[in-house]
Amino acid sequence: MNFFIKKLIIVIPTLYIAWTVVFVTLNIIPGDPVNLMLGGRPASEEVRENVRKNLGLDKPVAERYVSFLINATKGDLGKSYLTRQPVTKMIKENMMPTIQLSIGGLIFGVFFGVFFGIIAGTKPNSMRDTFAMVIALCGISLPSFWIGMMLIFIFGTTLGWVPIVGEGFVSLILPSISVGLFFAGGMARLTRSSLVDVLNQDYIRTAKSKGLSTYNIILKHSLRNAMIPPVTLLGIQFGLLITGAVITEEVFARPGLGQLLLQAILAKDIPLVQALVVYMTAVYIFLNLIVDFTYGIIDPRIRLERKSA
Amino acid sequence: MNRNKIILKRFLLNKGSAIGGIFLIVIIIGAIFAPVIAPYNWNAVDTGPRLSPPSLSYLFGTDIHGRDVFSRIVYGARYSLSVGVISVLFGIIAGSMFGITIAYIGGRVDIIGSRIIDVMFGFPSFLLSLLVVAIIGVGLWNVVFAVGLASIPHFARIIRSAALQVKEQPYIEAGINLGFGNLRIMFGHILPNIFPIIIVIATMDLGGAIISIASLSFLGLGAQPPEPEWGAMLSSGREYMRYAPWTMIYPGLFLFLTVMSVNLLGDRLSQALDARQSINRGKA
Amino acid sequence: MRNTLEVKDLNTYFKSDYGSIKALENISFYIKEGEVLALVGESGSGKTVTSLSIMGLLPPNGFIEKGKIALLTKNNTQINILELSEKKLNQIRGNDVSMVFQEPMTCLNPTMTVGSQIIEVIINHKNISFSAAKKEMIELLKLVEIPEPEQRSTEYPHQLSGGMRQRIMISIALACEPKLIIADEPTTALDVTIQAQLLDLLKKLKNSLVSKTSILFITHNLGIVREIADRIIVMYAGNIVEEGKVSEVFNKPLHPYTIGLIQSLPEFNIENRKKIQPIPGNVPNMNNLPSGCNFNPRCYLVKESCKIQKPDLAKISESRKSRCFEYKQLI
Repeated sequence: MNFFIKKLIIVIPTLYIAWTVVFVTLNIIPGDPVNLMLGGRPASEEVRENVRKNLGLDKPVAERYVSFLINATKGDLGKSYLTRQPVTKMIKENMMPTIQLSIGGLIFGVFFGVFFGIIAGTKPNSMRDTFAMVIALCGISLPSFWIGMMLIFIFGTTLGWVPIVGEGFVSLILPSISVGLFFAGGMARLTRSSLVDVLNQDYIRTAKSKGLSTYNIILKHSLRNAMIPPVTLLGIQFGLLITGAVITEEVFARPGLGQLLLQAILAKDIPLVQALVVYMTAVYIFLNLIVDFTYGIIDPRIRLERKSA
Repeated sequence: MNRNKIILKRFLLNKGSAIGGIFLIVIIIGAIFAPVIAPYNWNAVDTGPRLSPPSLSYLFGTDIHGRDVFSRIVYGARYSLSVGVISVLFGIIAGSMFGITIAYIGGRVDIIGSRIIDVMFGFPSFLLSLLVVAIIGVGLWNVVFAVGLASIPHFARIIRSAALQVKEQPYIEAGINLGFGNLRIMFGHILPNIFPIIIVIATMDLGGAIISIASLSFLGLGAQPPEPEWGAMLSSGREYMRYAPWTMIYPGLFLFLTVMSVNLLGDRLSQALDARQSINRGKA
Repeated sequence: MRNTLEVKDLNTYFKSDYGSIKALENISFYIKEGEVLALVGESGSGKTVTSLSIMGLLPPNGFIEKGKIALLTKNNTQINILELSEKKLNQIRGNDVSMVFQEPMTCLNPTMTVGSQIIEVIINHKNISFSAAKKEMIELLKLVEIPEPEQRSTEYPHQLSGGMRQRIMISIALACEPKLIIADEPTTALDVTIQAQLLDLLKKLKNSLVSKTSILFITHNLGIVREIADRIIVMYAGNIVEEGKVSEVFNKPLHPYTIGLIQSLPEFNIENRKKIQPIPGNVPNMNNLPSGCNFNPRCYLVKESCKIQKPDLAKISESRKSRCFEYKQLI
């Protein structure tokens, strides 16, 4: 229990530090946000002052920083420059498709990654090892936007098997593959090397000396231990799912937070960019927390301390 | 000496390195001798019918502006390779200076420095790059800077581990006792010893850097038209995917093959130098 | 009475970058029912390779070129281990023959409770329910003198001390009451006091076991041999160089290497008021063996003939064997 509580407590300062970085970064923007707000129209100094006041830009930095943190915690980060809508509302509206996409990519990546990793790791230096690793190498070398387009081209345009647009589960297949492929490649490679390491450990030899079958040994003894590094990788790779969302939503013309972020950046819509980054950072940190928890569950050495002497 | 020869032999004779190496050399030659190899200038519009399929005169067909896709790909090699290398160089150099310095000085400086690295790690690196681009604006070199910047924490962390390990070695202490200056020890003694690890992680990350930069260009944040960068070419090729798929297929294919070759070489290199073990020991 | 184990002309090799290296050459020995045979030698002598060959646990680059390993199973049948399929081998491993390894920390699965690792071998071989197996496991823990067995069985290896972990390993080896237990340096990785405790335990167990279990006790420590073994085999560079009852060999060793080993013992020298005499030189590299007798470069009895021809393992009496041209000098 101690382990889990400790991890939970650390999350909070981490989150605020990350948000501080966001604030600092976004506030060294050259250029005048007021101009953006006015849409480039010429305006008198008085009007400008009003706009500045409305945006809260006349207050000193320290005060803005504190209210930023408070707002971030409350979940209210103001209004978008361009659409004039509250950013929180915009995020809520676009959240679901991105979440679906991320989960789809995650499932594809983990499933295929671990699968190929096991195929390779249980018989290192064999034909099937080489085969699986070549596929994994392709996975991490393929630019996700290209493979996305190729998938659309092959399966959508040419063969007509899968619908390109539209909602629903079927339309998630190609984008999930596109997002998850890089992920799958990394997982496969890491699972393989981890499994090879584990199978070389002394306790596997002990298991064999008990007369346990190979199948039993792989499933019971090795997998649990071998999954520890891949699970840690998961935490780092969550960033990829977010990345993948931005690109894949663009390629497949799907709505979502990725699309939103892209447009916000291109339009220099600072409040929206800020809100999206704040939100994504929070999600990222939270997901890493879950990964840490999983890590603690799998490996008792992490969560339990030495008792007897 | 004998051991090094065995390592080199294994590396060169391996099928993976051979394939990767040959392809990469081909691409590099293409990039350098582009004006000679490419039949047309990358910017030459209306050299022929627009959106025409691959043929003898246009190996990979033409795009919407009548430009030869093959020529653009050849010139594009210059962009994709060089920007990847520069981005990684930037990250490695900055990461090394930071990592070696905080490892060497140790104490509070190291603790603070490590915290800074950890915080930067709190961000997915691509998000960081996006943020930087949001601030400084679009453009190929902006993206190179952004991607390089985002890679610094990653490099700094590994290099710091490696430097910490080397720092414990007796010859470093001997150097201090002999009165060598700090800079001299850091960059004259520690750096050369972690050089193999630096090479390996740089190569392993090169593929990712190339893809990141191409991705950002694809999104319109990097190379701007009419620059023949492969990611940007894919972006414009996308519109005509239905009737002129060659404008999309070939730039992406070359991107894929180049990254794959770089990754292959990086893999073989790290295996040959056994660097992974040292890195793991360093992290422990 | 048949022998529990009979090894005949065992030859084990390892594949390497330099070609195949011979690790064991024509190893032949036997173990009687209920007997403790000590296998002694320095690192690199081939003692561990012998044990792994018997269990069929050689690493992927190891292979047995020829030989016969006859094991008396619990059903009183004699089988040749080298001719068994993997499936049959799994039936006798942990059941008719089991092994205790040297390093208890790395030899136990860190993510499984110690209790489950014992239950696992019981269930694998006996057709009993889980709760019955669990009861047997608790009894085993009591047998190896682990206090509070119910509590301990739910703990993980890293939570126990080195001595406790090794007791767990011993209980795993005992679980199915095998005919033969191979103990490969079971106490080497532990403190001296813990070593003494474990040896006491092993002696007690040996005397109390129902099914006349034999033990192949592998060690480089001659002091332990006197404590626990009935007979002793000495190995050097892949060969057996001396064999005999423990009392006989210690009183009158018949091979210069054995003499060297005994003379390196502090206890021996205190008894006989001599200075410790280390054996000069180093154990040879297995792919670079000297011509003639493997031991000749380090031997104080060496003659010219020793450098040309390799001596056979000669039978000197009913129980004694020695691989030395000059053994008569030592009688």
